[in-house]
Amino acid sequence: MSGASKAEAVLEVRNLKTVFFTNSGLFRAVDDVSFSVRRGETLAIVGESGCGKSVTALSVMRLVPDPPGKIVGGEIILEGKNLLALDDEAMRKIRGNRISMIFQEPMTSLNPVMRIGDQITEALRLHQDISGKDAWKQAVDMLRLVRIPEPERRAQEYPHQLSGGMRQRAMIAMALACRPTLLIADEPTTALDVTIQAQILALMVDLQKKLGTGLILITHDLGVVAQTAQRVIVMYAGRKVEEASVEALFENPLHPYTRGLMASIPAVPSLDAKADARLVEIPGMVPSLTKLPTGCAFAPRCRFAVPRCREEYPPLGDFGGRHLAACWRAGEMAEAS
Amino acid sequence: MSEAQPLLEVTDLVKHYPVRGGVLRRQVGTVHAVDGVSFSLAPGETLGLVGESGCGKSTVARSVLRLVEPSSGEIRLNGEAITRLSKSELRPYRRSMQIVFQDPFASLNPRMTAGDIVGEPLTVHGLASGERKQERVAELFQQVGLRPDQMKNYPHQFSGGQRQRICIARALSLGPSLIVCDEPVSALDVSIQAQVINLLIDLQRQRNFSYLFIAHDLAVVAHISHRVAVMYLGRIVEISDKAELFANPRHPYTQALLASVPVANPRIRRLTPLVEGDVPSPINPPSGCAFHTRCRYAMDRCKLERPPLVEASAGHQVACWLNDGTGRANTNP
Repeated sequence: MSGASKAEAVLEVRNLKTVFFTNSGLFRAVDDVSFSVRRGETLAIVGESGCGKSVTALSVMRLVPDPPGKIVGGEIILEGKNLLALDDEAMRKIRGNRISMIFQEPMTSLNPVMRIGDQITEALRLHQDISGKDAWKQAVDMLRLVRIPEPERRAQEYPHQLSGGMRQRAMIAMALACRPTLLIADEPTTALDVTIQAQILALMVDLQKKLGTGLILITHDLGVVAQTAQRVIVMYAGRKVEEASVEALFENPLHPYTRGLMASIPAVPSLDAKADARLVEIPGMVPSLTKLPTGCAFAPRCRFAVPRCREEYPPLGDFGGRHLAACWRAGEMAEAS
Repeated sequence: MSEAQPLLEVTDLVKHYPVRGGVLRRQVGTVHAVDGVSFSLAPGETLGLVGESGCGKSTVARSVLRLVEPSSGEIRLNGEAITRLSKSELRPYRRSMQIVFQDPFASLNPRMTAGDIVGEPLTVHGLASGERKQERVAELFQQVGLRPDQMKNYPHQFSGGQRQRICIARALSLGPSLIVCDEPVSALDVSIQAQVINLLIDLQRQRNFSYLFIAHDLAVVAHISHRVAVMYLGRIVEISDKAELFANPRHPYTQALLASVPVANPRIRRLTPLVEGDVPSPINPPSGCAFHTRCRYAMDRCKLERPPLVEASAGHQVACWLNDGTGRANTNP
């Protein structure tokens, strides 16, 4: 792999379009989304349910259920190879090997009737030419790497014998077993308690540094984003509406939707906080993808909307230092701050 | 709470569930879901109950409404003990206590219209019927931000946030003085969550009822509550006025919980977990202070004796031997 080109981008997604054909019509779950992930970088994809963040991840893995879903356009380039041009056999060699994915609910993604060690061993032997004995040894090493106490004993256990946090650690061990260049984590800590979430996030960031893996972190939690990501993309109704470095995004959000999201999360209060202050809310709700308005999809909920927003979809503009936003009024926002 | 009579008073609430095993289904253990919880709630006040899964917060909520029967302890509503009342004796009290659940999909009957769902309590308690009931329901719809013409729609025609509004309208229909909210916004998207929290706050300002607000999200609890109680393995480990609790957390568990919340500020990165390991099983909770197995400050005494909940400063109670009133400073990390 000649990873030196393009500042070592391990993944480049260009103009990805994924659609679903349903009884109520065609909807564009992912509409013209581009991004890249570099070696050792964490890219967070944020948005609410139905914004297309999970379908984006499944598209990269080529796991979109077909039918009803279909990737209809764009390129997904992993280490110089366009994944959309590969046949199923070649894709199987990449999945679990060069790209891995972990999901929100570890219990549903682990095989309940297989020992933890065997599950990791299976992944290893599928992609590497090693003996069962060596694979088992590596599996135990992986469990040790994710800081599961007594890894030799735990490898012999079944998923139900582990706690939620331990299961997620086992998932991470399995995902990283083949040392992939890219790890996709879809809401990896959403089902966990907050003290366990802190442990898992710390572990993921630490391992990523150690192994140099590129990470796509899909989450709805802006706190998790701020604590882990280097770059962030914000999605709304299938489109990328903003992209920036994590610092720029939190200091100077340009899209009204991003601003709304940030204002609507309650913060842990300080001493001077009012007992029951109202939160800033985004009125209305996310539009149905089958009935998207013409123009900007956020316009019906946006306080800053002008007539143009309802007529034309705003293009993504660069507002300095690769801070992109798709909003007709982002320029004014950028100047105002 | 000291001045007026509290609306709700819970004293030494205990709920144990038997664990059965073997062919004879003999009892082989006990789940200590709630293990001696006491608190009170003033009229118009919101008490937040936080803790991680399995800490017993939902069991407390359900015991208060007697949706689960407490093993022991006493619950007083407006000074009257309701713990040992029979079902029919309890009925008049049920009017003043309502609950809103986490999952607005599971808690609405899919075969009833939204209007019928909200109006049903009025029928059950014989408070209104016919035209008057319809008017009352329409009024409730407006109060929770729904349109009266949506009364004829079925639950599946509403979004998650709107369904939660229906649940709130149903809870309001009998004019309760206490609403127990069990994770009411956890299933909702961030932008919708803010709408529902604001609605709950607005309604309380208008009608002055009390909330017992249960959630695992500290920020949400902190936002809506006046006082907050932190639970760990069936016990309250700290309870205090909100501002004081967040400014000056005294229990090591509260401190760890606060430090674990990811801060939405990339300039403050602190990804160092303060507690290692998992919450122990409530079947055989650790001796002494249940937190001692994960506590950085644990001493010998913590393993042997259970620390009582004592006043550390005015209105701030904590169950930790480091804050036993001997004048030793609390250990801030």
